[in-house]
Amino acid sequence: MSDKKLDLGSWVNDGVQHLLDNYSDGFDSIGGLVSSFSEGIEAILMLPPAWLLIAIFVGLGLWRIGARFAAFTAVSFILIVLTGFWEQTVVTLGLTFSATLISLLLGIPLGIWAAKSERVATTIRPILDFMQTMPAFVYLIPAAMLFGLGRVPGIIATVIFAMPPAVRLTNLGIRQVNKEIIEAGQSFGCSKTQLLVKVQLPSAMPSIMAGVNQTIMMALSMVIIASMVGAGGLGNDVLASIQRLDIGLGFESGMAVVLLAIILDRITESFGTKQSEKRGTLISWVSAKLQRQ
Amino acid sequence: MKAGKIVVENLYKVFGNKPQEAIAKSKQGWSKEKVLAETGAVIGVSDVSFSVEEGEIFVLMGLSGSGKSTLIRLINRLIEPSGGDVFIDGHNVAKMSNAELISLRRRDMSMVFQSFALMPSRTVLDNAAFGLEVAGIGRKEREKRAMEVLKEVGLETFAQMHPHELSGGMQQRVGLARALAVDPSMMIMDEAFSALDPLKRREMQDLLLELQKVHRRTIIFVSHDIEEAMRIGNRIAIMEGGKLVQVGTPQELVDNPANDYVRNFFDTVDTNRYLTAGQLMANSVPIFVHNGVAPDAQVVSQKLQELDKHYAFIVDENNRFYGSISLEKIALLVEGGQSCKLDQSVVKQITPVPEDMPLDKVIARLVDNEGPIPVVGGNGQYSGAISKGRLLTRMQGE
Ligand SMILES: Nc1ncnc2c1ncn2[C@@H]1O[C@H](COP(=O)(O)OP(=O)(O)OP(=O)(O)O)[C@@H](O)[C@H]1O
Ligand SMILES: [Mg+2]
Repeated sequence: MSDKKLDLGSWVNDGVQHLLDNYSDGFDSIGGLVSSFSEGIEAILMLPPAWLLIAIFVGLGLWRIGARFAAFTAVSFILIVLTGFWEQTVVTLGLTFSATLISLLLGIPLGIWAAKSERVATTIRPILDFMQTMPAFVYLIPAAMLFGLGRVPGIIATVIFAMPPAVRLTNLGIRQVNKEIIEAGQSFGCSKTQLLVKVQLPSAMPSIMAGVNQTIMMALSMVIIASMVGAGGLGNDVLASIQRLDIGLGFESGMAVVLLAIILDRITESFGTKQSEKRGTLISWVSAKLQRQ
Repeated sequence: MKAGKIVVENLYKVFGNKPQEAIAKSKQGWSKEKVLAETGAVIGVSDVSFSVEEGEIFVLMGLSGSGKSTLIRLINRLIEPSGGDVFIDGHNVAKMSNAELISLRRRDMSMVFQSFALMPSRTVLDNAAFGLEVAGIGRKEREKRAMEVLKEVGLETFAQMHPHELSGGMQQRVGLARALAVDPSMMIMDEAFSALDPLKRREMQDLLLELQKVHRRTIIFVSHDIEEAMRIGNRIAIMEGGKLVQVGTPQELVDNPANDYVRNFFDTVDTNRYLTAGQLMANSVPIFVHNGVAPDAQVVSQKLQELDKHYAFIVDENNRFYGSISLEKIALLVEGGQSCKLDQSVVKQITPVPEDMPLDKVIARLVDNEGPIPVVGGNGQYSGAISKGRLLTRMQGE
């Protein structure tokens, strides 16, 4: 390895070491913030008994999609409970939600900024490409170095991996708003903020919701991988099954992940579809709230 | 202060770099195509000047790409002008601060779009209330006002629906309601009815004219439909390649088109259909005055024979129409040779037609009447007569 002409890797090592030496206080406080945030989320999910949490998901499925999907949700969760993976599933759910919320908190404003400024858009595009295509678990190494082991590096690596679609689709959604609708907003005397809040964001909502959906799915897949740095949850069982070559454990834990993924995907996707349905959608709800402030 | 509600002076819009250079070239007489080829700049609007009067519907016409949309967006400054001025009520729009511009758009001038441009996530009511909401009007107040305009456009029962649940014509009614809700003194309408089928389009034109009777707003209306322009426009302006070719009343443009480009617009229309009583009338019927004393039959009879006319009109001392009489009738009256006065008892009462009565109604009246029919101006004063012969020559002359 030492006969390499260009040792990019050692530069990165040096860079991370430099960060560690000089900014460890900063990383500690970020880590503390992320840690208490995710613990809070997990505590909320742990608060209700299993049946209540399941009932909430089944209810969501019934409201958003229909009776068949609600039944599927119920059967899936009961299966998870019976195979003994409920607790880990809730941990994974908590990790996913934490990482997703942080991703959206950072990603949506960044997407809005990119939509407003060509410079920002061209600057972040390659960064987003990099973030998405770098093999996911590579993030785990610097994350673990900077934040130690446990849930924090897991969540931070997940945020980096899962944020790009939220940025991209927010940017895209705002840019795709019909030109005459923007002109309508302007011609009725919208200020810049009003234009964003009353016209652009509500019109971009389907695209933004598609970004939210993708972010959740990517976050779920990443928090499983993040068990390598000790993030916990279903990933631990998947990892253990690989280490022990336990196909049975691998199947059970893997199936729990798949079922959770299907349920999260379908439910979040339903919030992104057009508001043609009679049931109120999150879009119309959110935009109504935005409009009425 | 400038005369006119909206005054446009030497307005230019160049898309691309170095607009001033392109304007200079254009002033030297370069064509739009040449400027594009040499400098790479697209001239959207070039040296346009006109003035729109208060309460007028001013229609902008021109082929695709002639700069109509650009021009009207320069007026409310959705597009920044490259040169020239726009005055609204005497204030220069190009020099307004951002705050002044926003206040102009919120209070005085609203816009209707070809694609309707409704906000898909809002209900019809919230769409109609949009302008008021942006202006910071409270919820109760703006919904009340929006409901009133929805009533005006006949959509009050659809208030809680979403735009995608409505037909195109209904959606544009919402677009119109949204523009009317802020009660602007001016409206800009960019091909507002072009996306509608002919029947719906006519319906919307009627609605606009109906509303215009009540409020008399100053409207700039872009259209590429000449029939529409002639129906609703008080004046029409024709654009070509960013330049204004001709401005005038529909009749002026039909009678004296500035060039072939303008003439071509009117080729396809039966322009006769747009003739009005005022344009058809002439002074072809001799007038006699009843100033307290009715005219003498003998005198009238003699005069008519002299002029070789068959009918006479009698007006009162205030120049209001009093009655009509034919030569045959007078001949019967004076058969015995005794003198006779042409008063109420003998003249024929005819209800005069107003000058703006369209051709088809005039024809109907002529069919019902034996002789010529009198025309009166807006003040009720007699202004001319239309006979069947006169009508035919006028239509033939076109
Ligand atoms: N944003 C822009 N950038 C560059 N060129 C433009 C832009 N907007 C308009 N133009 C050009 O300006 C000219 C006038 O366009 P405009 O849209 O005003 O025409 P129009 O008369 O409204 O046509 P239409 O009937 O098709 O709507 C065209 O040559 C067009 O290509
Ligand atoms: Mg246009």
